[in-house]
Amino acid sequence: MPTASGTTPELNFRTPDEQFEGQAPFESWGRYPNYDANVVPLHWQSDYPAVASGMHNGVLPVGMGRSYGDVCLLNGGNLLVTTGLNRLIAFDPETGLLTAEAGITLAQILDFAVPRGFFLPVSPGTKYVTLGGAIANDIHGKNHHVAGTFGRHVTQFELVRSDGTRKLCSPTENSDFYAATIGGLGLTGLISWAQLRLKPIVSRLIDYEGIQFHGIDEFLDLTRRSQDIEYTVSWIDCASTGKNFARGVFMQGDHSTKRDMLTPSPKPKLVFPFDAPGFALNHLSVSLFNTAFFHKQIHNRVVALQDYEPFFYPLDKVLHWNRMYGKRGLLQFQYVIPWESAREGTITILKEVAKSGLASFLAVLKVFGDVPSPGMMSFPKPGITLALDFPIKPDKSFPLFERLADMTREFGGRLYPAKDAAMTAAQFQAFYPQWQQFARYRDPQLTSSFWERVTGDRPGL
Amino acid sequence: MSQIDSTTPRKILVLGATSGIAEATCRIWAAQGARLFLVARNAEKLAAVATDLRTRGASYVDTAVADLDNTDQHPTLLAHAVNSLTGLDVAYLTYGILGDQAKAEQDFNTAAQIIYTNYMAPVSLLTWLANFCVQRHAGTLAVISSVAGDRGRKSNYLYGSSKAGLSAFLGGLRNRVDREGVTVLAIKPGPVKTAMTSGMKGSEKFADVDAVAKSIVNAIDKRQDTLYVPFQWQPIMFIIRNIPERIFKKLNL
Ligand SMILES: Cc1cc2nc3c(=O)[nH]c(=O)nc-3n(C[C@H](O)[C@H](O)[C@H](O)COP(=O)(O)OP(=O)(O)OC[C@H]3O[C@@H](n4cnc5c(N)ncnc54)[C@H](O)[C@@H]3O)c2cc1C
Repeated sequence: MPTASGTTPELNFRTPDEQFEGQAPFESWGRYPNYDANVVPLHWQSDYPAVASGMHNGVLPVGMGRSYGDVCLLNGGNLLVTTGLNRLIAFDPETGLLTAEAGITLAQILDFAVPRGFFLPVSPGTKYVTLGGAIANDIHGKNHHVAGTFGRHVTQFELVRSDGTRKLCSPTENSDFYAATIGGLGLTGLISWAQLRLKPIVSRLIDYEGIQFHGIDEFLDLTRRSQDIEYTVSWIDCASTGKNFARGVFMQGDHSTKRDMLTPSPKPKLVFPFDAPGFALNHLSVSLFNTAFFHKQIHNRVVALQDYEPFFYPLDKVLHWNRMYGKRGLLQFQYVIPWESAREGTITILKEVAKSGLASFLAVLKVFGDVPSPGMMSFPKPGITLALDFPIKPDKSFPLFERLADMTREFGGRLYPAKDAAMTAAQFQAFYPQWQQFARYRDPQLTSSFWERVTGDRPGL
Repeated sequence: MSQIDSTTPRKILVLGATSGIAEATCRIWAAQGARLFLVARNAEKLAAVATDLRTRGASYVDTAVADLDNTDQHPTLLAHAVNSLTGLDVAYLTYGILGDQAKAEQDFNTAAQIIYTNYMAPVSLLTWLANFCVQRHAGTLAVISSVAGDRGRKSNYLYGSSKAGLSAFLGGLRNRVDREGVTVLAIKPGPVKTAMTSGMKGSEKFADVDAVAKSIVNAIDKRQDTLYVPFQWQPIMFIIRNIPERIFKKLNL
C-alpha cells in the first residue's frame, strides 16, 4: 500500500478555485455592534489549537453568527469560524445517537436525520445555527416545558483547550467542564465534536393549532391547557394598546403520528437582496405588519397539518432577512421572569414597550418549564420568556433597553446573552451571580466582546 | 429510505478526496449508497472524510494515503483501488495546487512543481485509468480542470497553463476513448463558496459548494463532456477567450 513519502511538505488538496482572497468581516445576526476581527476558517479538527497558538489579542470559536449581539464577536481579536467542521462521526439508528463535528448546522443534521426518521430534540427559531453554537448558548425551543434546553440532550462532547489538551466531557466525565461549557458562551475551549440524542418521528408533518388570544391572562390560560402539547409558542402584538393590548396568536403542535413523508428539505430560494433604507421601518409599518399578522389568522382557531419547516423556521424561507433592518442593524431583547412575578413583569414591560413607540415586528412569548438545564450559565429557568427585536434608533433604543433590563432585574428575571448587545456589566453580574465561578473554567486564550463588556476587562490577555 | 437509489452501488475512485468540492460530491454519492475508494495525502483528514461518508450511507469506503506527485506509485495504487472496489465506474480527479505565481515568475522550480502536480501527475493517473476503462469498454473519468485554463492571465498563468494543458489532454483523450465506451468529463469551476466561508460578507457571489457538487454528479450521470460550473462561466469564458489579444494584453486581470 503506497503511503506519503514523509519528507515532502504538506500538499493542500483543496482545489485552488475554492480559495478566495481577502479578509471577510464577520457579522452577528443583529449586525450590531460592528467590529473588525481576524477571521480564520477551521477546516479540520487538527487545525486547532495549532492555529490558535500563534495568535495574539484573544481567540473565539464561532459558528453561523446567528447570535444577535456580541457573544460571537471579538473586537480586534481572532474569530475561528467552525462551519468547515461539519462531518458526521457516528449514527446509531437504534438509539438515535448522532456524533458529529461541532460546526455542522442543525439544517445539515435535519437533512440527514429526517429521512431516517429522526428529529432534533430541541430546535431554535432558525435551523442555520451550528451544533457548537447551540451548545455554547444552551439554546431552547418551543418544547422547553417538556424537553428542557438543548444541552440536556448532549450526551458527550470533546473540549479542546488552547494549550492542546483535549477533554471528553459528559455528565459523568469532566462533569465540571461539561456544566461550564453548556451555556459557556464559547469561552471554555473549542467544542470539536459532540454527541446528541435525536428523537424518533414518523412524519415531516406537525399537527398544528393556532388560537387567537387577548391579553396575558388568556395566554396563560391557553398555556395551562397545553401542558401536554410538545411545542407551544406565541406571537404577540406589542405595538397595540387599549383593548388590543397584548393580543396575539398562540401556536401549538405535535409531531404527527400518522406515517408520512420523510424527505430532506428543499434549499431556500428567497434571499433578502439589499439593506432596507431606514425609513422602511417605522411605527406605522410595524403596526400594519402586526395587525396583518394577527388577522392572517382569520378565525379564532385554526387547525392544520403543517410541514415542520414553516412551523419551526418561518423566517428561514428568506435568507438574510436581517437586512430588512438596514445597515444599522437590530437589537434583540429577551428576558425570563420567574413565575412569582412573571405575569406582572410581562405586563409592565409590554406597557413600557408600547409607550416607547419603538415597535417590534417579532415579539415571541413562551413559558419555560422546570426541566433543569445541565449548564452552569444557562439562560432558561421556569417562568415567562419574551423576545423582542427592534431596529436600532441610537437615541431611543438604548435608553429603552436600559429601562427594560432594570425592570427585568426588579422582577427577579434575567436576560439572554445570545440575544443581547446592550446589558451593562452590573446588570449581567446581577443576572448571573455564578459568573465568577464560571470564569475559572474560561480558557485563558479565549474571550469575546460580550465577555469584555459584561466583566469590564479583557482578562488574561 | 426515500433518498437512496435502488440501483447497484456505483464504484467510485476519488483522487484528492479531502478537497472541499470532492467532499461535497462524495456526500451525494454516499447518500446513494456508493462504493468509494478515497485517496488523499493527509491520513487524519482522510480518516475524518471516510468516517463521515460511511455514516452518511456509503455501502463501502476504503482509503489510501498517498502523495499523488509520486507517479512511480500510480500503477500500484490504482490497481489496488480497483481491486478494492471490485471494478470502476467513475474515477474522479479533484486535486491540484494554485502555487505561488509571484515566486514561479522568478523561480523555475516553483513553476515546475505547479506543472508537475496539476498536469504531469494527472497525465500519469489518467493514462493508466483510461487504458483500464478501454479494456472494459466502460467508465467515466471526471477531472477538475479550471476556467483559468481557458486563457492565460498575468495573475495566475502558471496555474492557468497547467490547467490549459490538462484541458487539452482531456480533449484529446476523449477523442481517443469515446468510441471505446469511455466518457471523459472536464469540469471547469469558477470560485466556490465552501462551508468555511458561510456567514461572512462578500462570499455571497461565490457558488455554493453543494450546488457545484450536484452539478458534477449530474454531469457524470448524463455522461457530459464539459461542465462549466456554475453554468454562467460558459458565456463568461466565451467572451474572455474572444477578447482580441491587443486589447487583452492591456487588461489587468
Ligand atoms: C431567527 C433566529 C431565531 C432564533 N431563535 C432562537 C430560539 O428559539 N432559541 C434560542 O435559544 N436561540 C435562538 N436564536 C439564537 C441562536 O440559536 C443562538 O444564538 C445560537 O447559539 C447561534 O448559533 P451559531 O452557530 O450561529 O453560533 P454563533 O452565534 O456564531 O456563536 C454563539 C456562541 O457559540 C460559541 N461557539 C460556536 N461554536 C463553538 C464551538 N465549536 N466551540 C465552542 N464555542 C462555540 C461562540 O463563541 C458564541 O459564544 C435565534 C437566532 C435567530 C437568528
